[in-house]
Amino acid sequence: MSNRASSAAAMRNAVMAGNSSPTAAVASAIARANDVGAGRDQLNIFAWTNDDDAREQAKAHVELMNDTTPGLLLGVPVAIKDNIATLTLPTTCGSRILDGYVSPYEATVVRKLREAGAIPFGKTNMDEFAMGSSTEHSAYGPTRNPLAPDRVPGGSSGGSAAAVAAGIVSVALGSETGGSVRQPAAFCGVVGVKPTYGRVSRFGLVAFASSLDQVGVFGATVDDAARGLRVVAGYDWLDSTSAELDVPEYHEASTATVRGMVIGKPKEYFPDSLDPRIRVHCDAALEQLRALGAEIREVSLPNTAMAIPVYYIVAPAEASSNLARFDGVRYGLRIEGDGLRGMYEATRSHGFGAEVTRRILLGTYVLSAGYYDAYYRKAQQVRTLIAGDFSRVFASGVDVLFTPTAPTTAFPIGAISDPYEMYMSDIFTVTANLAGVPAMSQPIGRVDGLPVGGQFIASHFDEMKMFTAAYALERALGDKVRA
Amino acid sequence: MSNAEVDALSADWEMVVGLEVHVQLKTRTKAFCACSTEFGAPPNRNTCPVCLALPGALPVLNAHAVELATRTSLALNCSVQPVSVFARKNYFYPDLPKGYQISQFDKPLATDGWVEIGARADGSPIRIGVTRVHMEEDAGKSIHDRFPGVTAIDLNRSGTPLVEIVSEPDIRSSEQAGAYLRVLKQILEYMDVSDVSMEEGSLRVDANVSARRRGETKLGTKAEVKNMNSFFGVERALEMEFIRQARVLKSGGTVLQQTMLWDAGKNEVRPSRTKEGSHDYRYFPEPDLPPLVLAIDWIEKMKHDMPELPAARRARFATDYGLGEYDVDVLTANPHLADYYESVARASDDPKTSANWVMGEVLAQLKQSEERIDAFRVRPADLAQLLGLVRDGVVTLTSAKRIFVRMIATGNPPAQIAEQEGLVKVDDTSQLDAWLDEVIAEMPAEAQRYRDGEKRLQGVLVGAAMKKSKGRADPKMLNQLLVERFTE
Amino acid sequence: MPVSIDDVRHIATLARLGLTDERAASLVDELNTILGHMDALSKVDTEGVQEAIGVGARGTPTRRDEGPPIPLERSLDGFAPSLRDGLLLVPRLSSHEVTEEA
Repeated sequence: MSNRASSAAAMRNAVMAGNSSPTAAVASAIARANDVGAGRDQLNIFAWTNDDDAREQAKAHVELMNDTTPGLLLGVPVAIKDNIATLTLPTTCGSRILDGYVSPYEATVVRKLREAGAIPFGKTNMDEFAMGSSTEHSAYGPTRNPLAPDRVPGGSSGGSAAAVAAGIVSVALGSETGGSVRQPAAFCGVVGVKPTYGRVSRFGLVAFASSLDQVGVFGATVDDAARGLRVVAGYDWLDSTSAELDVPEYHEASTATVRGMVIGKPKEYFPDSLDPRIRVHCDAALEQLRALGAEIREVSLPNTAMAIPVYYIVAPAEASSNLARFDGVRYGLRIEGDGLRGMYEATRSHGFGAEVTRRILLGTYVLSAGYYDAYYRKAQQVRTLIAGDFSRVFASGVDVLFTPTAPTTAFPIGAISDPYEMYMSDIFTVTANLAGVPAMSQPIGRVDGLPVGGQFIASHFDEMKMFTAAYALERALGDKVRA
Repeated sequence: MSNAEVDALSADWEMVVGLEVHVQLKTRTKAFCACSTEFGAPPNRNTCPVCLALPGALPVLNAHAVELATRTSLALNCSVQPVSVFARKNYFYPDLPKGYQISQFDKPLATDGWVEIGARADGSPIRIGVTRVHMEEDAGKSIHDRFPGVTAIDLNRSGTPLVEIVSEPDIRSSEQAGAYLRVLKQILEYMDVSDVSMEEGSLRVDANVSARRRGETKLGTKAEVKNMNSFFGVERALEMEFIRQARVLKSGGTVLQQTMLWDAGKNEVRPSRTKEGSHDYRYFPEPDLPPLVLAIDWIEKMKHDMPELPAARRARFATDYGLGEYDVDVLTANPHLADYYESVARASDDPKTSANWVMGEVLAQLKQSEERIDAFRVRPADLAQLLGLVRDGVVTLTSAKRIFVRMIATGNPPAQIAEQEGLVKVDDTSQLDAWLDEVIAEMPAEAQRYRDGEKRLQGVLVGAAMKKSKGRADPKMLNQLLVERFTE
Repeated sequence: MPVSIDDVRHIATLARLGLTDERAASLVDELNTILGHMDALSKVDTEGVQEAIGVGARGTPTRRDEGPPIPLERSLDGFAPSLRDGLLLVPRLSSHEVTEEA
């Protein structure tokens, strides 16, 4: 176990028992980061770190140790994706346009982490503005997969996935727009959860595509992820799309059973073209669940094939608008040019990388006069059909769906240069974002030593069922599938 | 001001105008964040992560802005929609921090209303249709003349709630446009939703203007006219734009769809150098705000709780207080004046005298001091008491006017001033006779001529006695005593 | 409907992105390839289907008309690229730009 961070629950217990302290936990994370080579010219996991700041924050947490109701993440260092606003470390979204920008306010999820006793530990590298599936498209260079350093960790939350996979932290925050937590979790052999849209506040999460974005949580185990989500979830009046619902104790799903649970196997996620080595692990996982008393039912989500086209219209459209605020006027990069127009164009063309530029242009195009109906309106209608597929299946008595998380395992750095081919990495994950339903990935096996992820998808705000299935499957598969 | 060329062209050509009016709503905080809307703070003081558009900040709608926008819509006879949708209007401008304005586009708050601006010769009402009322946020301010070579941006105003009121192209003359704006302003004042000052920018007007041959039913190509900063300016700008278009059409040319800017100093409209077609706002539903859903019950309650509209108040003043049309118009010009008058009338139980005093002394005083009626020192109850003192013969009308001046200066009640200043009416015969004795002694020649039958000198003598009494003498009794004295 | 070089120039202007001629040309191909995949959508029957906007039927929440605003831990001069007397500075707008949204 020396190559893994202690679980969140173990760390908290140790602190409460007086066997450890937040300061010791941070020191251990710093040491681990050094040992694995998390630095810029090695794995390049973090965009920003400040060891002194982490130590200071840990010291400030000592008073929380004597709290009558100690926080769920007491003394647990948590890595945070670089697109979530923090007060002491920069928030740059892996982009030159925000180089050096330190947010003057804090994201709700970060406040909740601190209040639960967690110590924010580093801002993790990411694809610029979360646009990518490999964490190769960062202004700070690519992040490497700790399990296979010549390969990508997936993306866009690749830094957070790698931080957990490398054993630096047991919990990390990422963000999801189309699979940016689940796909890197699969590539890195860790657990990644995308909660229901509205479950977690987006206040302080730098927007990519507002109707799809959701903060997600990585854990070394299902339990780490469940505790992390429990802490950051909940209503926030600062986010008008956040849901005013109570948050269950997700980690209590560890003792629940899958006996009698109906697990849907959507045929569209198991096409003939699916890599047979990935299929084998999925089938084995389903077999384990059946053995535990779950009913496996073949189902259909017929509009699945439309998910990628819909996603790559809706997300760039919203992004083109969300990224308009990066104009060199109030914060961030500014490059002078010929007059105001010249300043705008110089700032934005120098500040944004190729993929961000491509998506802004794509989004601008699909919203522009004459094309709105054919693209954006049409995509939003088909999105309704995709959401309807899920509603219908869950209404028919299916508790959770099980699918592969990604069509491939981690690919070599630089292997995919065609944008559309890269977009296809999200083929099994974007549907949950489009429908707003919760989903999570967990390791289910290895192919050539590389982790394979399996995905559970549940109905809106039904994360408890998803965790129940995930805990059961994790116990059944044992430790060998983990990072 | 009538324009001879407009009149001449109007024989063959018709002006067609629709107005877009932006109104700042009177809320304490901004539309989508809790920053103060207070005017005059140091630059960029009233800003926060939301209205600075910092990365990750999100909008949250101000409930009071929704109430005021709904009240406005109802007052303009619109149907308030149970579901309306916020949309992003995307364009780059340095005083627009997010790079988009949160507005409403294809599903506005309210639709299909009207405003009555007067009556035709046959008595039928002239109504201007209101196409829609929608909510949006204001931009910040760009200041071009503060520093050389650069534009300075102040975002204090960024995010202030607005309603945009779009009229149908029902307006046919500059006079109608002026009437529409004045009626609209009055309604908004009565609804207490805005400060409605064009000078201060809380009401802004853009116009869509076209001209067509009389008898034609199709609309001509319209130009948008901007940059007017008074109702007067709007009327003049419409006339100049109509003249421009009618001349073009008359000479067989075609009007271009373009934006024209009003130059008040030069009394002319000139084309803006904006490239046409460069505006592609790429509207789409604002994903950070779910649709605005208003319960039918809530809309009904808003309707029920609405303040009285100007037309209703005018009708009531005419019937309840027996006032003539002119008096009604003056007293209902704004809701604060109407409230003031009504309080005086009720407390004094003398609507006619109250009207005379409010329209006379009160308005004269306000005009001189440039005060607002709602900040006027003399409380309605005190003014009513003063009227009572006159009616009851406690003070003379002359004294009352002096007391009124003291009331303005001190804020004290009239009875107290009358007492302190010795302005209670004197009707003691011996005192009155003593003043008459003094006058006759000082003006023997006039007294003699009066005695000899020059009756018109009675006023001169009584007036002199009034003056001696400092206005306190009962003039009726003085006259009587004088007559008696010389008919003995 | 293939994207032309003029389209790319137009949307780049709308998005305030400066592009070299070379980049603009390659973007024509890239966007056409991507949009080609999107054409599958046109075959989906969406007659009478609502667009997915907003979540939940309850509508947007509202806040009371009161402060305080979310505080800034660092003021504007801590992060603004150009500030004088509390005002943000940008290059002087050309007269064309002045009138654009005035």
